[in-house]
Amino acid sequence: MKSEPANAPGDRSTEAAGANETDPTGLPGVRTWRGVYVVVLGVFVLWVALLAWLTAHYS
Amino acid sequence: MNTLDYVVLLGVMLGIAAYGMWRTRGGRDLRTYLHGASDTHWLTIGLSVMATQASAITFLSTPGQGYESGLGFVQNYFGAPLALIVISAIFLPLYRRLNVYTAYEFLGRRFDQKTRLVGAALFLVQRGIGAGITIYAPAIVLSTVFGWRLDLTIVCSGLLVVAYTVSGGSPAVNLTQKYQIGVIFVGMIAAFFVLLAKLPAGLGFGDALAVAGGFHKLEAVDFSLNPDKRYTIWTGVFGGMFLALSYFGTDQSQVQRYLTGSSLRESRLGLMFNAVFKIPMQFFILLLGALVFVFYQFERPPVFFNQSAWHAQAAGANGDKLRALEADFNAAQAEKQKHLSAWLAARHAGDTSAADAERAAALAAHTRSEAAREATKTVLRTATPATTANDSDYVFITFILSYLPHGLIGLLVAVFFAATFSSKAAELNALGTTTTVDLYRHVIKRDATDAHCVAASKWFTALWGFVAIGFALFANLAENLIQATNIVGSVFYGVVLGLFLVAFFFKRIGGTAVFWSALASQALVFILYATLSISYLWYNVIGCVACIFFGFAIQLALGFDRSPPATA
Repeated sequence: MKSEPANAPGDRSTEAAGANETDPTGLPGVRTWRGVYVVVLGVFVLWVALLAWLTAHYS
Repeated sequence: MNTLDYVVLLGVMLGIAAYGMWRTRGGRDLRTYLHGASDTHWLTIGLSVMATQASAITFLSTPGQGYESGLGFVQNYFGAPLALIVISAIFLPLYRRLNVYTAYEFLGRRFDQKTRLVGAALFLVQRGIGAGITIYAPAIVLSTVFGWRLDLTIVCSGLLVVAYTVSGGSPAVNLTQKYQIGVIFVGMIAAFFVLLAKLPAGLGFGDALAVAGGFHKLEAVDFSLNPDKRYTIWTGVFGGMFLALSYFGTDQSQVQRYLTGSSLRESRLGLMFNAVFKIPMQFFILLLGALVFVFYQFERPPVFFNQSAWHAQAAGANGDKLRALEADFNAAQAEKQKHLSAWLAARHAGDTSAADAERAAALAAHTRSEAAREATKTVLRTATPATTANDSDYVFITFILSYLPHGLIGLLVAVFFAATFSSKAAELNALGTTTTVDLYRHVIKRDATDAHCVAASKWFTALWGFVAIGFALFANLAENLIQATNIVGSVFYGVVLGLFLVAFFFKRIGGTAVFWSALASQALVFILYATLSISYLWYNVIGCVACIFFGFAIQLALGFDRSPPATA
């Protein structure tokens, strides 16, 4: 490929210009990416708590 | 395996491969061949990322980990959600903005070409070895169990995945992974329910968990600060996060998967899908292993799960010794079973003191049966070093063959091959892409056209496939297979991650400093790995921190540039 990838067809520079944490996620109830990350962190904490409970309960 | 099993196995394996080749047939431009048509939905990306990481080792070896050591291995994945959030927020937008084919192109833009080559070379070495293990791991277990020729198993399965990966490139990898992960889910869930149905009458799920817990198999979280312990919450969160950051954020086999998204949103949601479901998936597989352990407390397990190795030695000079140990093991198992039944009866009756006494007696019998097992391993290890040292990889396949109905056996064996193909295809795709983009087009033939690069990429993909097959033919691993894979990754990943973190966050450090820093850090990790006995997950942290520290120190010696910091 002779051309630099940044100049190739399908360049995503326009996407990049608007790509930030406030872009809509398209998810119901969670409108920002920061919100998505908080939810994912919450699920992670929940899993660790459940596994810690499992460990304590069955040991 | 009977005819039905072989029909299911070959139908699934060949059907998915043929469909992938047919759907992605025809000429493709370079971007489509390497990155797909950039129209991939987030669920496909999520499943593809999951399928790339989950090799046959995951489904063959992880239940064995659950059987032997319980749920503690799940902590290895605690860092993954955190790492995926960082990648989604920082790495991914930058990769998409620069529109790169490989993660190492980014290093070239940010630093210089020699640093790009170091990043690419570390990936090629590490992933090249990994691809060999990926294909060797299930082949050694399945060929041993079924009596297939190991070399033929490796070559046939290797050539099939090479064929459709070379033919269809990234689109074929994505497409086949979607169906392969579907087969995997169906097979593993079916095995789980059959296992539950096979538990003794009167032993409910709660009782099964109580039995597993009674033998310390449900200790999922360990808060110990002992650095010699392989899996604790600290190694998982910190070491695991570094491992996952490096693997998902800088390993081309993963980067290539999520860059196929039609938009930043699709790629991000694909990553978040994995951030949410990675821990439960690993928990489920480990729990399956722990429940297989419970099952075998009420059935007579073999003293050594690699039965082929045991029988081979039992027929020779060690026969009397092995049969005596087997008799000790069986006697201890029978006694354990008696005490377990009494324990459950006392538990149901609410008699706590009797339950405690019976549980203590069962644990004592378990200690004796484990002693017989360890002595058996010692005899086998002495007779045939390395090949018979570890039998945990044979636990799940032994259960499948002994207790699952025909048809489902074929499906479960197809699961192992589907997982092998899905991860190996992504690895070969990434190895071919990196060799073409970062080495061939960048160093050897700078004026190559797109069409020429597509052809070169196909050749390089095939070449890496043959290298992996060759490595697998000569491989011999003593470690539990899934640990072997993670150990190889951990030795290299820390330094690669260090390169990328310097690129992202330390704008004043330049290419020359980080280049020498990467080489020095990798040498340090090799030396420490050879001399220390700490958990391998810590090498991700050490390599990364060393790369950043050395880079800073070397840049300090060279002098900081007073011009505005570089931006990627």
